Amino acid sequence: MNKSEKNILQPKMAVEVAGLRLKNPVMPASGTFGYGEEYAPYIDLNQLGAVVTKGMSLNPKAGNNTPRICETVSGMLNAIGLQNVGVDAFIKNKMAYLQQYETPVIVNFFGSTQDEYGEVAARLDDVPGVAALEMNISCPNVKHGGIIFGTDPEAAFAAVSLVRKRTNKPLIVKLTPNVTDIQVTARAAEDAGADALSLINTLTGMAVDVKTRKPRLANTIGGLSGPAIRPIAVRLVHQVVQAVQVPVIGIGGISRAMDALEFLIVGAKAVQVGTANFVDPNAMATILAGLEEFCRDEGIADINDLIGSLEL
Amino acid sequence: MKNFKTIILSNQEISPGYYRMKILAPGYNELARPGQFVMFRVQRSLPPLLRRPFGIFRAGFLPADCESMPPKEFIEIIYKVVGSGTEIMQGLHHGDPVELLGPLGSGFDPGTPEEEKILVGGGIGLAPLYMLAEKMVEKSKVRLLMGGRSRDDIITVTEFERLGVETYVSTEDGSLGEEGLVTRVLERKLDKYPKASVFACGPMPMIEAVQKICLERGTSLQVSLEALMACGVGACLGCVVKGEGHTEVDPRYLCTCTSGPVFKAEELNWNKAAINGVESGGCK
Repeated sequence: MNKSEKNILQPKMAVEVAGLRLKNPVMPASGTFGYGEEYAPYIDLNQLGAVVTKGMSLNPKAGNNTPRICETVSGMLNAIGLQNVGVDAFIKNKMAYLQQYETPVIVNFFGSTQDEYGEVAARLDDVPGVAALEMNISCPNVKHGGIIFGTDPEAAFAAVSLVRKRTNKPLIVKLTPNVTDIQVTARAAEDAGADALSLINTLTGMAVDVKTRKPRLANTIGGLSGPAIRPIAVRLVHQVVQAVQVPVIGIGGISRAMDALEFLIVGAKAVQVGTANFVDPNAMATILAGLEEFCRDEGIADINDLIGSLEL
Repeated sequence: MKNFKTIILSNQEISPGYYRMKILAPGYNELARPGQFVMFRVQRSLPPLLRRPFGIFRAGFLPADCESMPPKEFIEIIYKVVGSGTEIMQGLHHGDPVELLGPLGSGFDPGTPEEEKILVGGGIGLAPLYMLAEKMVEKSKVRLLMGGRSRDDIITVTEFERLGVETYVSTEDGSLGEEGLVTRVLERKLDKYPKASVFACGPMPMIEAVQKICLERGTSLQVSLEALMACGVGACLGCVVKGEGHTEVDPRYLCTCTSGPVFKAEELNWNKAAINGVESGGCK
């Protein structure tokens, strides 16, 4: 199609992921947007494709000792340790706030055992306003934070299968990049009944204070995020899109519209923005405006025409 | 609190390694309370990736460009060059674009006018105390105890004096004022004014020593802490400190950005390991 022939005033931005119709493909990454409320003074939550909450566990979780974060070249390491209020307190105290918005709420959750995963999913299953669940099988920062379920395909299959039985909500499974072959875990999650996959969670990393000779994080090892990881994330999303039928949500170092476009072009149906929210609380609105502008400039009437349009 | 793009009005070295930056900040005279901070971002530059938190030193007005215009509002921050972020900052000039998110955090509670006030500032930790002094000096007797390693660390003391604050300087090497630690001066002042309340900001060892002194004497103490911080709005949970009563089974983490940066001493867990990783005063 000759782009100069088309005059697109308002490109269609709506996408469908795991049976959810999102008004646009931009949402925050879990753990970088609190419970939504924290960012409401700075960005209109109704503008977003979805809100993704901090990860919930069955019981409240204290998190790691400090220091928990440290800046690295074009990125940051974190080892927060999944500090959260617990799923019951979340349902009681945080959901009402989010329900005043029309934006779908995706609740991220994790467990230290298969049963805990199942139990958290079950408790969220009949909560009104929860549009979908995102199952974290990929946190690198806690001993039993689920990464074992993300690195061992059999464990992943078993845990996702169990959760699948305990919820009727659309189920997104969030994958770790810290594996040899991500296509294997991606297929395991799909076979076990995931409606969509999201990736990547952080890459494990470490930084040392050379004067004190101590690790910069109290947890020694943390998860690397930010622009530094984007090329790795794009590659992994590309590989997973090849391997599965279910929709994929791209995550990793997205801070501008051009970054988001890379993920959409390799085949992600939506994207999550993480560290960029810390840098600019309005980042997602800027990205969204940039996506629309790109579509107008390129004569793309519907963003879905762009998804998976990679030319090889 | 909001985020906006603005410009630097001036950026000057005020003592070796210490800079004072004036930033155009509409609305801040009305909004900013003593002890609050901003998340500062150098625009058009990466690194640094993350914003840096800085206590607001002062808010004020500049004369308008022409008669029909309102006066221009500014804030000032003071920083010490200690890392990659502040190294970039020292090279910025008038007119350079920056972004401010704020004003953020809790402020100091100035308490009742009749009590004597003692401010304790260590090096760059002095910064958030100026606005507090400005507010309290109208109705209360305010004394500032300013400490540092050497004379280079003693900054903006004359400005406190101009407010009418009684100032006492001490340096560890004796190069300016009394030789020794600022906490020794504090003990002496508390002997003389046992009913005074104390407001402290500075390096963590100083804060801890001040806390010990105030606890022993039953003196009311507020401290302003600084922590590594990614977001400044309570989302990243990177900047937490352990609150009073914190245990492994019953964790009580408080975000320095939203519950602080100013805390009443009794809100915090002063077990040494509990505040490991948290700094007070200067930003990196």
